[in-house]
Formats: sequence, structure tokens, C-alpha cells
Amino acid sequence: MELVTYGPEETFSLGEKIGRYIVPGSILALSGDLGVGKTALSQGIAKGLGITEQVVSPTFVLIQEYEGGRLPLYHMDMYRLKTEREFAQLGLEDYFNSNGVMVIEWAERLGGLLPADHIAIHIQAVSDTERKLTVSYDESKFIKQPLWLREVFADEIIGH
Amino acid sequence: MVKILAIESSCDETAAAVVEDGRQVLSNIIATQIPTHKLYGGVVPEIASREHLEAIVAVVDQAMEASGCAFADIDAIAVTKGPGLVGSLLVGVSYGKALAMALDKPLIGVHHLEGHIMANFLEHSDLSFPFLALVVSGSHSGLIWVEDFGKYRPLGQSRDDAAGEAFDKIARALGLPYPGGPAIQKAALEGDPHKYDFPRAWLESGSYDFSFSGLKSSVLNFLNQCRMKNEPISVPDIAASVQEAIVEVLAEKAIKGAVTEHTDTIVLAGGVAANKQLRERLQSNKQGIKIIWPSLVFCTDNAAMIGAAAFGKYQKGEFSDLSLNATASLPIFENSQQD
Repeated sequence: MELVTYGPEETFSLGEKIGRYIVPGSILALSGDLGVGKTALSQGIAKGLGITEQVVSPTFVLIQEYEGGRLPLYHMDMYRLKTEREFAQLGLEDYFNSNGVMVIEWAERLGGLLPADHIAIHIQAVSDTERKLTVSYDESKFIKQPLWLREVFADEIIGH
Repeated sequence: MVKILAIESSCDETAAAVVEDGRQVLSNIIATQIPTHKLYGGVVPEIASREHLEAIVAVVDQAMEASGCAFADIDAIAVTKGPGLVGSLLVGVSYGKALAMALDKPLIGVHHLEGHIMANFLEHSDLSFPFLALVVSGSHSGLIWVEDFGKYRPLGQSRDDAAGEAFDKIARALGLPYPGGPAIQKAALEGDPHKYDFPRAWLESGSYDFSFSGLKSSVLNFLNQCRMKNEPISVPDIAASVQEAIVEVLAEKAIKGAVTEHTDTIVLAGGVAANKQLRERLQSNKQGIKIIWPSLVFCTDNAAMIGAAAFGKYQKGEFSDLSLNATASLPIFENSQQD
């Protein structure tokens, strides 16, 4: 699925929609260059979940937890991590097995440690303000298909 | 004389310290800063960040040894309870609880940012409440009115990227190493701070909040445009201009806050407090406001600062029981809900 947003406000709104429909245990792997809007999308997801706390970037602390919403949000940034040992010490399995929503930036660094039933969202800068978002996942890895995505993208999909 | 053994393990560093009366540092040990052979006699090849479980016992032992104290001399055990990485925090909290129970000493849970602020007492015996704290680190930027130990009122906070984070991410885009703050400060020495006029997010009039995400995007767009046009970029000039943009906003809001709150003292806290440009800009204020900051070793994560903050709680008898838990997301203020 692909769609285009114009400006960080639209990226935020899309996140908000995701936050309203997303189900417990979902893992979103965000990728895209710096400044492309990963944090804006995450802030929108938090708002959609009903979290009122200010969502800030997790680069330094690696995992920020927000408990105040419909579901807990675990916002993670794997950029600073390099070795498998470092990932092992984070206790990621506890988060993956939780009923929260995981939003992971730089998830590709996790390699095989990233559960296969994740939803990848790639954000690409088309111009200074225009962003192309590509959403993909491997259907065969999901026990229960992420049908909620259809609700989110119902009016927004521009192509497959 | 009150001696507190303090433990900090909220993120990258495993640290322990013994602090007397909240001001006198008897020892201050940080795992990544001690040679491995001293810790383990050469058994473990390398101490990396976040190896809390591996390091905690040796770090506490070494803090005790360096302080010249015996456990019997210790009056209380203090530990960082949050915010931070739960898995990391838990190592310190569990070890602190175990020590408190085994030694039958009171336990004190300390907020990480409270530690950063109170680090200023370690080297400034004349510092007294109230004052304004400018907290600037990799995970946080904020202006906090400090009335007393445990009495805080937020004037402003980060809305997106913290100051340290903006440094890190822009450094990354410029091909400079992590952490970005020191790298940008170094590159900026050779650059012109007024070469590029990057945006300053002053936000609404009267707001003391900070937002550095727009600056980050602006620098990245600028770099992209240069690349597309095949124009050469000057890393020193960009670093100097970025530093100028961040420092100007931090300093101006802090001075304005101090004037509004009628205080003559601003204390700096957190890793970005080590930025020379920020200190100089603040010190050049025309209002006679005194600027205080901790040495580098007490600016970045350490345990002595936790001992300094714990002393205030010790005096008030604010002890934690053994149900103390690590909390990832922990506001420093009683009623911290924004808006």
C-alpha cells in the first residue's frame, strides 16, 4: 500500500488514524531518512491511542514507554545499538510478547530478532514537504491478519 | 555526617558513588571509565554500555573501596528509580534494594533529572534554593523552577527532539561521530556561526517550551539541496551555525525565565551543560544572573548526582520501602500532565 502526505501535519494525522485502529501486540517497523517524519508519525499514533503525554524521540533512551492511552505504546529507536548482545540486554522479547503497540525506528538493525509478523512502514521524501509512505507486511507470517490497516487506509490508498 | 551510597543505571552507564552530606564526593565510579582489568582482573574483555548486570557488583565494590568507607559507615542507599530503560533501571533498583535489606539501611529512590539538577551542589557549596535549572541532555530539554529538594515547577519542556538529540542527529547527517554534542562543538571551532541562518523555534510568545525538530529538518533539507546542486558543504560552518541556533534559543529562554521568576541564579544540568558556547552565551547576560554548572564528569550520567539529590530526601525522612520499582516514564513533577 502506498500513499502520499503533504507536510508533517498530514503525516501526524495519518499516525493518529493508525493509533485509533491499531490492535494489541502490533509491531510497526518505521524506516526512512532523518527528518522524514518518523517522529511526527509516532506522535500521531500516540494521539490516536489517547496518550496525552508529550511523545519525544527515543534515540537516547532507546525505549520510551507511554502507558496513559487505550493501549501502552513502546516507542523504540535501535540506531545506537550494534551487537546482538546489546539487543539481548534490552529485554525486547518482553515488549514483543506484550499487549502494547511497538513502534520501532531503525528496526532493520534488529535483523532476525525482529518478529516476522511486523508491519513495515517506509517513509520517503519526495520533496521538502511531500512524503511517500509504503506499508508492507508478509501475510504468511500473521496468525491473525492485520485487517485494521484497511480501516486506516480506506479513503487514502492511492495504489497497491 | 551523612554518608550515602548511590547507584545509577538508567541508560548507558553503570555507576556508583559515596557522597557525604550531599556535597562532598568521597568516590564516583562509572563502569565504562574504569579499565577492565581493575574491575575483573582481566576476565571480561571489554565493558560496553548497558552491561549493568555484569558491572554492578564490581562498580559498587570499587565505589566503597575508593571512598575509604565500610558498609557500616553508610547511612542510606540511594538509587535511580526512573525515567530510563526499565531493564537497565531494574539492575540498579534491585541491587540497591538488596543492599538496603541486607545492611538494614534506609532506601531512597531518586528521579534521574533531579540528580542532574542537584549535581550542582557537589562543587558549589554556596548554591542555595531557589533557582532556575536549564536541563539539557540527550533525552530531555527543559526549564525547571527549583524551589527546594522535591519542589519543582516546569516552565517549559521539549516538544519533540531534545537539544542533545538535535546535536546527535545533525552530527549523524554531517558524518560526525556519536555523541553529536562534543563532535559539533569541536567542528564548530573552525566554522563561522553566522554563515547560515538556520531557523530558531521560539514557539508562541511567552512559551518556554523547546522544539528542535524543525531545525533538524531545515539542516537536512539544506544538505540535500547542496548535494543535488553539487555544491560543496563546509562541515565546520554548518556545525557552528547549528550550534549557534541551538544555543541562542536555550540561552535566551533561560535568561528570560530567570528574569520572569526574579532569580539571580541559573544552574545547568545534563550532558549539553558541557557545551562551552552555551555557557559563554549565558554568562554574557546583562542582567547579572549567575550561571553555575557541574564539571563534565558530573554533567553526564553519574551516581554522585544521585547521592546529592538523595541527601535532600534523607533530611526530610523521605525513604522508599522495598516495594520501590523501576519506572520507564516518570515525571519529575507531582502533577506533571501537560496542557
